[in-house]
Amino acid sequence: MSREKVKKLKPGRLKKREGRVGYLFVLPWIIGTLLFVIYPLIQSFQYAFYKIKMTPKGRILTPVALKNYLDIWQRDVEFPTALTGYAINTLLAVPVIVVFALIIALLLNSKIRWKGLFRLVFFLPVIIASGPVMGQLAEQGAASIPAMNVTMIYQVLDQYLPGMLAQSITDLFSNMIMILWYSGVQILIFLAAVQKIDTSLYEAAKIDGSSLWEEFWKITLPTIKPMLLLNAVYTVIFLSNNEQNEIIVLIQSAMFDVSRGYGYASAMAWMYAIIVTILVAVVAVLFIVKKDIYEKKAKSFRKMQKRQERALKKTRRKGERYERKNRNKNASLQ
Amino acid sequence: MKERTGIKMPVFNRDKFRKVMLGSKDKQGIGKLGIIYLLLICIGFVYLYPLLYMISRSFMPIDDLLDTSVNWLPSKFYLTNYVNAAKSMNFWKTFVQSVIIAGIPTLLNVVMCSIIGYGFARYDFKGKKIMMAILIFSFILPPQVTMMPNYVWYSDLKILNSLKAFIFPAFLGQGLKSQIFILIFYQFFKQVPQALIEASKIDGAGHFKAFVKIAIPSAAPAILVVFLFSIVWYWNESYLTQLYVCGAVSKSDWTTLVVSLKNFADTYSAQASVSGNSMLSLNESIKMAGTMLSILPLLIMYFILQRQFVESVDRTGITGE
Repeated sequence: MSREKVKKLKPGRLKKREGRVGYLFVLPWIIGTLLFVIYPLIQSFQYAFYKIKMTPKGRILTPVALKNYLDIWQRDVEFPTALTGYAINTLLAVPVIVVFALIIALLLNSKIRWKGLFRLVFFLPVIIASGPVMGQLAEQGAASIPAMNVTMIYQVLDQYLPGMLAQSITDLFSNMIMILWYSGVQILIFLAAVQKIDTSLYEAAKIDGSSLWEEFWKITLPTIKPMLLLNAVYTVIFLSNNEQNEIIVLIQSAMFDVSRGYGYASAMAWMYAIIVTILVAVVAVLFIVKKDIYEKKAKSFRKMQKRQERALKKTRRKGERYERKNRNKNASLQ
Repeated sequence: MKERTGIKMPVFNRDKFRKVMLGSKDKQGIGKLGIIYLLLICIGFVYLYPLLYMISRSFMPIDDLLDTSVNWLPSKFYLTNYVNAAKSMNFWKTFVQSVIIAGIPTLLNVVMCSIIGYGFARYDFKGKKIMMAILIFSFILPPQVTMMPNYVWYSDLKILNSLKAFIFPAFLGQGLKSQIFILIFYQFFKQVPQALIEASKIDGAGHFKAFVKIAIPSAAPAILVVFLFSIVWYWNESYLTQLYVCGAVSKSDWTTLVVSLKNFADTYSAQASVSGNSMLSLNESIKMAGTMLSILPLLIMYFILQRQFVESVDRTGITGE
């Protein structure tokens, strides 16, 4: 609070000069962002409205307005299904990954031996899980838990759920190990958060006669709530940029396709970016930290205090003005 | 724990049982501990299953693959799979190229991200908040959106199909996942006490000297983390590497182990047709051996540097205070 107030002061000359040095430090990033993010972004937005033909002489751009977008939804066979499939799969996988990572982190946090060894195992996939490796493993059927009967799960689900959802859930089960493999970083983030919780909180709860179950819901979970959001968003982004994702493969193949070209691929990429943004927003809303009742009360109290302060100032100012007026009057009278 | 003084059992002492199984104040119960270990070992096995499967399969000769009685242990220790896979991937040359492709952008990433992160953490200037917002936005943005124009642009600049296509963006702080690294350095440099830097200034150090002499030495853990993660992510990236460096349409001289694994089936059959009958036709075991070869360097690095990897998240405060 107090620091912000200090900042609001007009910066002095030294501060201004320092700020200029700051620009110097950040300059490479600014140039990089302009060249490799902003400019391509505008360019790709334009591309999406053109049909681009590559000839030996150069690129030929013919404006086609919204045709690329319309083609994607009306003519393309694979892309819309792949996109909806991706959205459903991601929404299903994110809670599984986050909850699983949380469970593992809690297990690892208890007083056990060979903690380092277990951490080693659970972090291993982060190192080796690249797209082609996962592809090879999935091809060999090493990505599903061996004892799980996936067809039976599908049969059961198919009776109760619409086909697409049932298929997605079955996919989730058949790629269970892969899903679990994606939770390495999340486990570490949770573990770091859980370890930082003050142990005296648990001791106090124990004195009040709490059980482990209550401790989890009343102490652990509320404390690491911000990490839930962080991990969920991270998971969405990770799943979207993963090479196992069929959409990015589709985009790349469309890019070098003679009949489609860059324009069409750009339109695809934009659709995809919008879906990813929506997913991030959905997840963020689901996992966002709800302020608990005490915080709410504190906030309303602070607000009230401010209002009172303002009222006080107002009256004081009014009084001052009145006084000044009176003084002036007195002076003129004398 | 609730006291149950009222109940008394002659044979079976429930209190004592509870104490042993669930634990008391200073000793953990066997039951609870047992469940934790059981869960950890089961999940750990599930985690390691693909890796174990890969190792076991990669040593199997073709007869073992067909024989249903052979499940995990190969009937003999068969190394020819590895020899064939290495031959088809041109292992040593590809390995050296992979190290270069992952290494040079990583070094640039470390240097540039530390400078940029320091700029964000140490100085206040106009528009800093907007810049940070753009930074995070560019992390969320799928790279596919900027991929096409970048590709066109690189080919106009004549840096496509060479290592330069990775070096240029990394040099300007736009390498692979540079945004995360900038944020890591930002977090870290925020924790460096301002008084230290001010003291160095009184002693006559300039802005850059303060950065090199004060901030950098104290940021050793962050540098290590960024280095490790950057090298792992560059190593594992095949999509962009294939597009920018290896060439999606016309092949360049560059290739990495992971990219060659992606096209393993094609390269293998091409190689086999060249060398005649000396190589076996492609089978599951050879594929697994190829996969194993592509992750082996990373595995070795991981086992040597495992503590740095695992403790990294803790030390750098990625989680944010």
